[in-house]
Amino acid sequence: MRHVDEYRDPEAVRAVADRIRETVTRPWTLMEVCGGQTHSILKFGLDELLPAGLSLVHGPGCPVCVTPLEMIDRAVAIASRPDVIFCSFGDMLRVPGSHTDLLKVKAGGGDVRIVYSPLDALRLARENPGRKVVFFAVGFETTAPANAMAVSRAAKEGLENFSVLVAHVLVPPALEALLSSEDVRIQGLLAPGHVCAVTGYRDYEPVAERHGVPIVVTGFEPLDLLEGALAAVTQLESGQARVENRYPRAVVREGNPAALRMIDDVFVVSDRSWRGVGEIPRSGYTLAPKYSRLDAAEVFDVGGIEVNEPEECQSGLVLQGRLRPSECPEFGTRCTPEHPLGATMVSTEGACAAYFHYGRARQDGSSARAEGTG
Amino acid sequence: MTRRVDGLLSCPTPLDHGDIVQLAHGGGGTLTSRLIDRLFVPAFRNPHLDSLGDGAVVTVGDTRLAFTTDSFVVKPVFFPGGDIGSLSVHGTVNDLAMCGAEPLYLSAGLVIEEGFLMSDLERVVAAMAEACGHVGVTLVTGDTKVVDRGKGDGIYVNTSGVGRVREGVSVGPARAAAGDAVLVSGPVGDHGIAVMAAREGIDLETELVSDSAPVVAPVGALLEAVPETHVLRDPTRGGLATALSEVAVASKVGIRLEEAHIPVRDEVRGACELLGFDPLYVACEGRFLAVVPGEQAEEALLAVRSQPGGEGARLIGRVVAEDPGRLVLRTRIGSHRLLERLSGEQLPRIC
Repeated sequence: MRHVDEYRDPEAVRAVADRIRETVTRPWTLMEVCGGQTHSILKFGLDELLPAGLSLVHGPGCPVCVTPLEMIDRAVAIASRPDVIFCSFGDMLRVPGSHTDLLKVKAGGGDVRIVYSPLDALRLARENPGRKVVFFAVGFETTAPANAMAVSRAAKEGLENFSVLVAHVLVPPALEALLSSEDVRIQGLLAPGHVCAVTGYRDYEPVAERHGVPIVVTGFEPLDLLEGALAAVTQLESGQARVENRYPRAVVREGNPAALRMIDDVFVVSDRSWRGVGEIPRSGYTLAPKYSRLDAAEVFDVGGIEVNEPEECQSGLVLQGRLRPSECPEFGTRCTPEHPLGATMVSTEGACAAYFHYGRARQDGSSARAEGTG
Repeated sequence: MTRRVDGLLSCPTPLDHGDIVQLAHGGGGTLTSRLIDRLFVPAFRNPHLDSLGDGAVVTVGDTRLAFTTDSFVVKPVFFPGGDIGSLSVHGTVNDLAMCGAEPLYLSAGLVIEEGFLMSDLERVVAAMAEACGHVGVTLVTGDTKVVDRGKGDGIYVNTSGVGRVREGVSVGPARAAAGDAVLVSGPVGDHGIAVMAAREGIDLETELVSDSAPVVAPVGALLEAVPETHVLRDPTRGGLATALSEVAVASKVGIRLEEAHIPVRDEVRGACELLGFDPLYVACEGRFLAVVPGEQAEEALLAVRSQPGGEGARLIGRVVAEDPGRLVLRTRIGSHRLLERLSGEQLPRIC
């Protein structure tokens, strides 16, 4: 399969893994920022190919995971209304709110639909003029252009029954917050390639400089990830700390100008609360004032939300790279994908879900890895 | 009968009474298992049901009969490569084949929504008749119900089937042993992706069709050549990974798979990459998995390949004594991945 197989070629992958082993002379800790990268690493078992001293910790790059509980509860309240068709990406449906999740709202009679694009939600609004169609606009900068386009089109078409519940978050302010914390153990970052395809990587340059941390723009295939790791350790070994683009087939420094124009038109940067991490200044998008009549948070008065975060969920530490999912006492026992305590066990980009699905729950003591299958 | 296997049988925990049924309870994964363990098995407890195979094997006189039932709610009713009619025959005869049986008789129950086009009903019935003729199974009894418009979704079909278990054959999910070889009869994931693409209007730019087909002939050839075959499973909901993971648990053995040997069509891989699915968890409706003694692996492979529908058969792994209960995939790049049973619902209403 073109555009995939060449980045999974066993010989090429091994060659880069060998070069990493040759380069590394002392222990280093890298964080891959994006949950999609975490899943690739575990799915392909890339951590097995790395030298013992090089450890990867998993970052906050799972938008579903960091969507605040208050926002989930708000989504549940809106989706429960009989006049609403609530549209969301599938991931969001099983994320536990304070009392229930969207999937249970659906099973209980709410009209909750999984869509693959915000434009599908727009189509539903056109087809159902008597219903109010709400799209749950969750995501990093990656999904912002398409969501912005849906808002912009709805406004142009004068669709009065369409609105969006916006929970967009931004990567660079989150990295700034992580690297500014006192006991930071991250020495290098693999920056999220898809986010950078939209935004470019200029915003990462001051972060690398301020914290003395190499930041390598990295893709998602095995070869991409290993090349990202190689670039990061090469910089670390030679005392450098700059932004480097190892995903040039998708990313340029300035980003995608058309996408950025669309974002600028529809969204404004705002402070945002991150589930498990806390409030981060200027780390999210909200709708620009001229689109406020399309803001579901304004359209629907669902006041009186009392948030109730389960105490046993340590996803905040997982999202900050301070706790490995398998180190959590609830992991795989009280917390599973069917009965998740937190969003990191649900999302296809969540680190706990990745550990669970790729068998890291029971990794310790397994002889499978030591012996191989060959 | 939806089947599953694991060690929870002796001590079922009650279901949550405040809970409601969700799509994933019918998904063939862990929630389905829980429903079976905690509700169905305790309610009807008997040795035939407790074995939780693709069907039950009962003895009448001197004859071992396989008996199975399956309901079909696929959406859309007509999909590339098949329809609910042919699928309802294939699904049940394949379950009988997975018991080591030759299918003999079928029943059919149709639940039709008021307003369903008579011409569509005729197409469905014609497809069922053609599928029966193709397999050589006789549909001997049936039932029809019509529900109010809006209270069904076009048409649902249930089929039950009876077959005669072959002389000298004894297959079961708990019979895999160290040293055995694992084979799959052809590329996996075609059915799930073809139905999904048809339903969601995803243009794959190729003519991917469902693999829905009877596996009776290749299974017959296999059992003729290797009657000692230990396990037969069809990788329907939950796909290849869920089916083999269940075998590893039931047989208390480890299973090692080679990713590079598992056949997956490029169209299926591409669609899975795009949609975030793993082809090893996507359903097939015309494939089967066999676990055979290692020394007879080549014979088994040749036998399956000799029959229509088995041409793409491959040896994909082996059974080991280490790591009982675990299914481990060696990836193309040489790393390892533990494959668990499907959790949650991957693709609703594909069969």
